Amino acid sequence: MTNMAAAVDGEVDIAYVREVLDKYQDARGAVIPILQKVQTHYGYLPRAALEMISHTLRMPLAHLVGVASFYAQFRMTPRGKYMMKICCGTACHVKGSAKLVEKTAELLDVNHGQTTRDKLFTMERVACIGACSLAPVITVNDEAVGYLDMEGIEDIIHKLRDENAIAPK
Amino acid sequence: MTTATLTKPRIYVGLGTCGIASGGRAVLAKLRDELASQQIEADVIETACVGLCHAEVLVDVHMPDHSRVIYQKVKPDDVPQILTEHVKKGAPVAKKALAQWRMDKPVYDGIPAFEQLDLNQKQIRFILQNCGVIDPDSLDEYIARGGYASLRKVLAEEKWTPEQVVEFITKSKLRGRGGGGFDTGWKWQECAKYKADEKFILCNADEGDPGAFMDRALLEGDPHSVIEGMIIGGYAIGATFAYIYCRAEYPLAVKRLNHSLAELRKRGYLGKNILGSGYSLDIMVKEGAGAFVCGESTALQYSIEGKRGMPRPRPPQSVEAGLWDKPTVLNNVETFANVTRIIQIGLEKYTGYGTEKSGGTKIFALSGAIKNAGLIEVPIGMTIREVIYDVGGGIPKKKKFKAVAIGGPSGGLLPEAKLDLPIDFETLTEAGAMMGSGSLVVCDETTCMVELSRFFMEFCADESCGKCTPCLVGNTALLEMLARITRGEGKLEDLVLMEELGKQIMSMSLCGLGKSSPSPMLSAMRYFREEFESHIVDKICPTAQCVGLRRYEVLPQVCTKCGACIKPCPTGAMMGARKEIPFINKDLCIECGLCYDKCQFNAIR
Repeated sequence: MTNMAAAVDGEVDIAYVREVLDKYQDARGAVIPILQKVQTHYGYLPRAALEMISHTLRMPLAHLVGVASFYAQFRMTPRGKYMMKICCGTACHVKGSAKLVEKTAELLDVNHGQTTRDKLFTMERVACIGACSLAPVITVNDEAVGYLDMEGIEDIIHKLRDENAIAPK
Repeated sequence: MTTATLTKPRIYVGLGTCGIASGGRAVLAKLRDELASQQIEADVIETACVGLCHAEVLVDVHMPDHSRVIYQKVKPDDVPQILTEHVKKGAPVAKKALAQWRMDKPVYDGIPAFEQLDLNQKQIRFILQNCGVIDPDSLDEYIARGGYASLRKVLAEEKWTPEQVVEFITKSKLRGRGGGGFDTGWKWQECAKYKADEKFILCNADEGDPGAFMDRALLEGDPHSVIEGMIIGGYAIGATFAYIYCRAEYPLAVKRLNHSLAELRKRGYLGKNILGSGYSLDIMVKEGAGAFVCGESTALQYSIEGKRGMPRPRPPQSVEAGLWDKPTVLNNVETFANVTRIIQIGLEKYTGYGTEKSGGTKIFALSGAIKNAGLIEVPIGMTIREVIYDVGGGIPKKKKFKAVAIGGPSGGLLPEAKLDLPIDFETLTEAGAMMGSGSLVVCDETTCMVELSRFFMEFCADESCGKCTPCLVGNTALLEMLARITRGEGKLEDLVLMEELGKQIMSMSLCGLGKSSPSPMLSAMRYFREEFESHIVDKICPTAQCVGLRRYEVLPQVCTKCGACIKPCPTGAMMGARKEIPFINKDLCIECGLCYDKCQFNAIR
């Protein structure tokens, strides 16, 4: 978890964590739902949030991080605006998902689990997302796109980049 | 098929994950626009997967007093025509129509009935009967099609005792559909024996096998049939609370489950004193967090408890001490849907499907190199050949069948010679495969078996929880050896070692993941040994899939002289004129692989 410290935590407003904890802290086995809510809100698990959860649930931080790091879903570094999950299940593999990974990595200049510098894209290779009949398939923020080829992935990335270039921020 | 009488046209849009991915949302938006601008009054219903994923986006049009027509591969531009001709003028667009459900007469001429489609000839839509047909978010539609009749029969009308339910399920010979094929009735009986202040019934919807999407389709398309089976199961074992453990990768399934549960609570099918029977049960959906091993029962229970999802040694079995150390029964999504249907149609009819040892039907997810990719349901005991060729439509692009991966990373790779085996639990295990959860990924001649074994091994090594050494170290060692072979650095001794190590991992691992992870590799080595040997001895990958072994040459016997490989070459290394076998200038070639990708005939390796 070396990258955990690298996260910019100082600026995170953890009021939302309190809200979640108030709702769930007495429920049995609530650790994972709490982590899920927090991650949905912040896009990742900020260290300050983990500390607060650990304190409230009286669970050592090491145990909590142990749980969080066990599951593929949780991340401890901020994610980009668009989560590009490339399915690497059997059917997608047979239909060439390895090349999609290569191409996406090349287009975004990142590797598995990394976020682009402009904070726009995070790329991840994931196990089967259950849309095998449309292989190869990726999801962009949970929207599945099927029958993808090299031009298709290029189009998606360019389109999203263009959209975000126009919108003033 | 009974539906409430229609007063105005009904239009269904298939919006399962596959429908959405094929552009279903755009079709739906266009449909809504068109209805408004053409001033047509109609109900628009979002339904789920009917299993015909290769034909998505599917739009059904149901006119009052007419049969319901299914349109396939609908694009937004097709919508105006369908509305004008079918809905306004009453003449279906036969060109886009796939089939019609004969619900209400009269039927239309020139459109085949759904049951008469080739791919439906050998299928029995028993568990999938509602998927893609009803609005999954509507409890009333489910009830109108016989839903909750089983629950009412058990709890209210015939007032079965829990023992009666267990006995009934035992007699049905229902076996767990999650992979292991465990006898459901026996599991329930064992759990019912234990007295405790709390008991749990769990539904395993952590469908992690790459290549399997039966549970997703069922949860998205007919969530109530699963919930109904769960309540009946809960009653049989005396459960006090229930959880559905659903993977986080299935957001739509989670949404539909939560919606259905809330509706049931309102209507008295769930909560305190269900249907006035005195039995109380509530169900909660727990979202998984992305760990394949959590499909294993003890790991799943730890995950619900909020711990790391690592399996534990057994005994005690879950039926004795499972979730929070209380007696627990865990069944798969499809198993619960089976429970509902068995009680609905009765033992005699149900055991009529299937084989001597296991009753009923099984849903399979067909994908890979197959024409009719999608969801199919066939009686247990059908041969693999029938499934692939008669139901699946065979291999596309005139390629040759090579292998079928049954049961995902825990299953096996079976060759042509094994195609006439019946699909049932025992036969597949003997052949070195496994029914698994029901994924069938078909590979044609362009798929390298060594590379596919490596892929499955990579998955297992990745997903190993790391608790027991055989799985943690063994799978990684196997992965390294396989990777070496795909790079052309393998040795013949490796094969002996791999076989030995594989068997050891299978016998010594703690849970089902390790016990089955070498299985695809071992079956590949058993049936496709010459392919492994040619990687090692001749340094040739017969399918040219292994990048490390590519040498980029044109095979003159195979080449059709189409010239397609010449244009994409960025350096001009690929030379030749039309109707001539091309030649690769090695001085210019940068081994980018574009010519290889372009070649339809495997003439470049």
